[in-house]
Amino acid sequence: MSTLHTVNKSPYMTQSLVSCLNHCKEGDAVLMIEDGIYGGLAGGQMAPIVEEMGKKVSLYVLTPDMAARGVDSSRLLEGIEGVDYTGFVELVTKHDRTQAWL
Amino acid sequence: MSDVKKFLYVNRKAPYGTIYALESLEVVLIGAAFEQDVALAFLDDGVFQLTKSQETDGIGCKNFSPTFRALGDYDVTRLYVERESLEERGLTEDDLQEIMYEDEDDDWAEKPSICVISRAEMADVMAEQDVILSF
Amino acid sequence: MKIGVLVSEGPYTHEAVDSAYNFVKAALAAGHEVPRVFFYHDGVNVSTRLSVPPQDERNIQENWTNLAKEHGVDLVVCIAAAQRRGILDKNEAERQGKDADNIAEGFRISGLGQLIELGIQADRLVTFGD
Repeated sequence: MSTLHTVNKSPYMTQSLVSCLNHCKEGDAVLMIEDGIYGGLAGGQMAPIVEEMGKKVSLYVLTPDMAARGVDSSRLLEGIEGVDYTGFVELVTKHDRTQAWL
Repeated sequence: MSDVKKFLYVNRKAPYGTIYALESLEVVLIGAAFEQDVALAFLDDGVFQLTKSQETDGIGCKNFSPTFRALGDYDVTRLYVERESLEERGLTEDDLQEIMYEDEDDDWAEKPSICVISRAEMADVMAEQDVILSF
Repeated sequence: MKIGVLVSEGPYTHEAVDSAYNFVKAALAAGHEVPRVFFYHDGVNVSTRLSVPPQDERNIQENWTNLAKEHGVDLVVCIAAAQRRGILDKNEAERQGKDADNIAEGFRISGLGQLIELGIQADRLVTFGD
């Protein structure tokens, strides 16, 4: 049993991503969408925190939201996987429940 | 799958600044009629929803905090509050309203609905749900 | 799989309703069933047929209306949230003594019970908001 968590806010703006990661269980997945994709950036102040806290989960970013914001996959933290909307749907079906961190 | 699902209403936002807390409570009250296994979670700024002494005359909005005390009448008797979220905000359980329910399985004894739990326990609660509604 | 969707933010200000739309299209394309999309909070504002976005912009309401037509997705607008925000169908307008209604084709106004029912009946419930 596992959960897909979605985060749609930048961690430079709100606590949502940190709070989400604080409540994840081993085997969960976190998908960063909308402004949430900035949580996947390497090199920023939040990067080491996301990297450390994200160890026990699978991290994903929604590629259409990255492209819209001019964020290339080369800017992402290592280990983060990009998915499109089809991949988003697959993640929803693969995990037992979805929890949005609004 | 059984007919009864576990529903968790997750509240992470403070009251009054936005309508989410009030409209979340409206879903809980309507949802109670469906006889599902319901619990509420309060974490992050959501813990501010349960504080005592809310007085909204000065802002002209409806004070909905007394509604939490009526939840027991709707058989909504589990309000999980995250201890770390309280502490981070300089609050203790004493800052929260007293919310009681009558336990029909225990000769209608009055019991507290609020259950302060750790962050790790909150993660456990979330992980055992069928449906999570976030507000 | 049956995937239910909750939209809790309004159009144009937040991306949530666009994300929900793209998600629902992808879910349908993958062969899943999306029995219902429930609009709550400012999400109810998606359903006004009176919005007139610039021609070179997406028309959010029309997109949803077309989705309902083509795929039979039940678009339900919460009545309590809708009444607060001035979204009315013909019956409600008459009942409340208002001189107009504004709900678009493909949407229907109903109670919060429809959201709970969706949670019970769907295999997954995915929320888009802010």
